[in-house]
Amino acid sequence: MNIVVCIKQVPDSAAKVVAEGGQVTWGDAPLVLNPWDEFALEAALVQQEASGGDVTAICIGNETAKEALKTALAMGCSQAILVTDPALSEADSQAVSHVLAAAVKKVGNVDLALFGKQAIDSDTGVTAAQTARCLGWPILSSVSVIKAEPGSIHVERSIEEGRQIVDCKLPAAISVSKDIGEPRYPSFMGIRKASRATIPEWTISDLGIDAPKAVVRWPELINPPAREVTTEMISGDSPQEIAEKLVEKILGEKVL
Amino acid sequence: MDFTLTDEQRMVQHMVREFAQKEVAPVIKDFDRNQNMAPFILPRMAELGILGICFPICYGGQGMDYISMGLACEELEAVDTTLRVVLSVHIGLNSMGILQWGTEEQKNLFLTPQARGEKIACFGLTEPGCGSDVAGITSTARRQGGEYILNGEKMWISLATKAHHCLWVGRTNPDASDPHEGLSAFLVELDRPGVKTGDIHGKLGVRAGSTGWISFQDVRVPEQNRIGEEGEGFKIAMSCLDNGRYTVAAGATGLIRACLEASIKYSHERQAFGREIGKFQLIQQKISYMVQSYEAARLFYLRAGWMKNKGIRNTRETSLAKWFATDASFQAASEAIQIHGAYGYSDEYDVERYLRNSKGAVIYEGTSEIHQLMQAGYALGYRMDASLRCELPAYDVEKWQ
Repeated sequence: MNIVVCIKQVPDSAAKVVAEGGQVTWGDAPLVLNPWDEFALEAALVQQEASGGDVTAICIGNETAKEALKTALAMGCSQAILVTDPALSEADSQAVSHVLAAAVKKVGNVDLALFGKQAIDSDTGVTAAQTARCLGWPILSSVSVIKAEPGSIHVERSIEEGRQIVDCKLPAAISVSKDIGEPRYPSFMGIRKASRATIPEWTISDLGIDAPKAVVRWPELINPPAREVTTEMISGDSPQEIAEKLVEKILGEKVL
Repeated sequence: MDFTLTDEQRMVQHMVREFAQKEVAPVIKDFDRNQNMAPFILPRMAELGILGICFPICYGGQGMDYISMGLACEELEAVDTTLRVVLSVHIGLNSMGILQWGTEEQKNLFLTPQARGEKIACFGLTEPGCGSDVAGITSTARRQGGEYILNGEKMWISLATKAHHCLWVGRTNPDASDPHEGLSAFLVELDRPGVKTGDIHGKLGVRAGSTGWISFQDVRVPEQNRIGEEGEGFKIAMSCLDNGRYTVAAGATGLIRACLEASIKYSHERQAFGREIGKFQLIQQKISYMVQSYEAARLFYLRAGWMKNKGIRNTRETSLAKWFATDASFQAASEAIQIHGAYGYSDEYDVERYLRNSKGAVIYEGTSEIHQLMQAGYALGYRMDASLRCELPAYDVEKWQ
């Protein structure tokens, strides 16, 4: 089974992301592989170990995004491809999806396109579904278990009502949840391979498409207003008394 | 001059950090309280390849350089000193000694399973009555035919009860005019008849580690288990310490970083006199000293690692790195507790563990006092490093990978 994993490079989860002069900034915090995408890579590598084939990691970004791709290689991916083009600097999720779909087609003979459930920076959570739509493939979201069979897959989805079991023909797109399994660390063998790898770069014209136009624009970026919080400790001789005082205060503040 | 880490080094650093932070940090406090080594640590480090990080692939290692090993030590000790101690003993004091001094046969027999993590290794130098005074070793190795008969007690041995192999130093020539020249080193399998080991409890720090004693009573080893020539034991032990001290320096740097990170976090959280305590200048002074010592310690150990990579003798630089980083880590931990106030004095926070853990490294692998004598000796011209019959091999990426 040939699998493509679409990954993204994002600011580290510990970074403080703020708007400054109309731009988003995370200071000097490092850029890392989107943590949700690590689960997608893990799912892909487990499938590869079970049934062979290649796992290709694809990332849209500039030169620095090669770091994320190297992490994917170090975890065990067979190859990694950077899609980079100045025309993509303002891309929104649908533009990204068009490009990813074209990249998946260019890889060729892909059975599964895997995604993390969302990216921790933009948090739209729609790239997997939009890419599937562009490819004309079914989308299975919030997948926690994947069992591959010849020509089809059997998955479990974690949904609000419980677990949903779905059989689906291939090719298909899947976004995975955390339950899929703890992502592996890069191995030393993978690190050796990744550090020597030359990562191919594809431009929009290499993909044979026109630069997709963003339909979503961010005219203004502002920080959320700072919350002013005051803390008051309520004391009393008994839990009953404390609870009564609390109720009085809640009613007094007209919270209820 | 290029201060940039390579992709490989950064990925190793990240991988070891992930392991230590995700798997060990959440449980280390309990193992420290119970004075037990977490049973998963050694098998997991072996599985991940960390126990063979800086050895050629042909000897079962991972083919990384000595700087990667230092970075791994920094990451491990940023979580708990006991993790770094594993690398100090298994890699620095034992396996690197075999890489440097061992015959091809010894490398295949001992180094390869150690680098693969199939066998754990320790280092037997210190005795109940002899630490800094290595020439005062009383353990004996008596030759009989094609064998040696080993006798003696070794004390404060990390991984004593976990290890399968020990690089052990004893006296082969009691009549040597210079007692240093009467010592020889041996690679000893610890399942040989006459070997007894035990754990030592009640230590101030490194409580989640394994520290113990090893007793040899008429332990017979074949001549092939002697590493180096007869009389080279002191030189071999000092080479091993050049490597062990490097791991200690890198680890203590990680401990300073842990103190710094904990102190910054708490300085933002804790309020006093109506503002966070980080706003007070005396807190800022403590933080700034930690920043200074962290960055200086890091430069010291990376320089030593770079010299090892290049195959340049680094006894002086490694000693300086170890002395500075361990003293600075003790100071950083003490000030981290001060910043945390009464909370820092309890094990609700990690900083009290950092202080207890930091003290050991000021004593072992050359006390701070020994390192001061060494540095003064170099500066005054009383001490010079003679070249060795076997030098630590330089890092060669083509051959190692």
